[in-house]
Amino acid sequence: MAEQTAPPVIRDDGATRAKPDAAVVRDALGVGVAVGLSGFAFGVTSAGAGLSLAQTCVLSLLVFTGASQFALVGALAAGGNPFTAAAGAFFLGTRNAFYGLRLSQLLALPKAIRPLAAHWVIDETTAVALAQPSRRTARLGFTLTGLTLYVLWNLTTFLGGLGAEAIGDTTAWGLDAAGPAVFLALLAPMLKSATERATAGIAVLLGLGLLPVLPAGVPVLAAAFAAPLVLWFQGRRMSTDAREEDPR
Amino acid sequence: MNVWIAIGLTAVGCYLVKLLGLLVPAGALERPLVQRLAALLPVALLAALTAQQTFSTGGSLVLDARAAGLAAAAVALVLRAPFLAVVGVAVVVTAGVRALGW
Repeated sequence: MAEQTAPPVIRDDGATRAKPDAAVVRDALGVGVAVGLSGFAFGVTSAGAGLSLAQTCVLSLLVFTGASQFALVGALAAGGNPFTAAAGAFFLGTRNAFYGLRLSQLLALPKAIRPLAAHWVIDETTAVALAQPSRRTARLGFTLTGLTLYVLWNLTTFLGGLGAEAIGDTTAWGLDAAGPAVFLALLAPMLKSATERATAGIAVLLGLGLLPVLPAGVPVLAAAFAAPLVLWFQGRRMSTDAREEDPR
Repeated sequence: MNVWIAIGLTAVGCYLVKLLGLLVPAGALERPLVQRLAALLPVALLAALTAQQTFSTGGSLVLDARAAGLAAAAVALVLRAPFLAVVGVAVVVTAGVRALGW
């Protein structure tokens, strides 16, 4: 789903008092509605990729992390086997583990609730929760964003899948461009420094270069090696610099 | 059947990594290298996926209307358009270029 961070609400009225609940609700609903609507794009893309309406809806209900869902249907459409397709989707989902780490400290959820809350640990709920000034408002923001997104994402997935079946040829409507456009919109805010840009560039070269020679789904996994590769080069350069500064 | 297998694996895998983050003690994944790798991995995957789904059909590289659509989406992103507008522009431009017979 989209990397859309709610703009932090900065108030000048009387120092940094407790943020009113209404502002938290506004943050949560704003993000939830904007991103929840993009479930249309997923429903349409999934149907265009050849998945049935039931398969499309089960993905949104049970996977509920947009980038992984788009990656999976894209890989299946390209003829990838189920294991490489699922692996690509899984690796995209690993970032949620790191969101969970930060959220578990912030929200301090009781053990019994964690298995339920885990399903909502995604880009948007984390962004809203982290933007809150206190534990109480963070919990409110997390829950409301999660609920709004979950309901809308699944509803619009269903409508998108249904609509695509009615439209028929989705490519005539340009809907095959929705998937890559979602990826690009998720990627753009991540390209903050030369490290990210180099990683993206190498990944594009690997992904396109290996496409004609490796089985479907595998080139994406191979492109993931751009990340450790760039970090390794960076580490080497830093240690070389350190040696040059020290003449012995 | 293959599709259901892929859906099942993805659902279980994605749920377990979400749960992992909430359950492991703080500090276990806090090593700087692990954090940096976790931040860079989605960059690599998203870049490769964007390129592949724009410039390929099946197992071969192609240049078609999607390239124009994605270029329009990139312009929309530079202009700080909202998420839905970026996707909408890509779809409309792709459909338009295709309607012109390219």
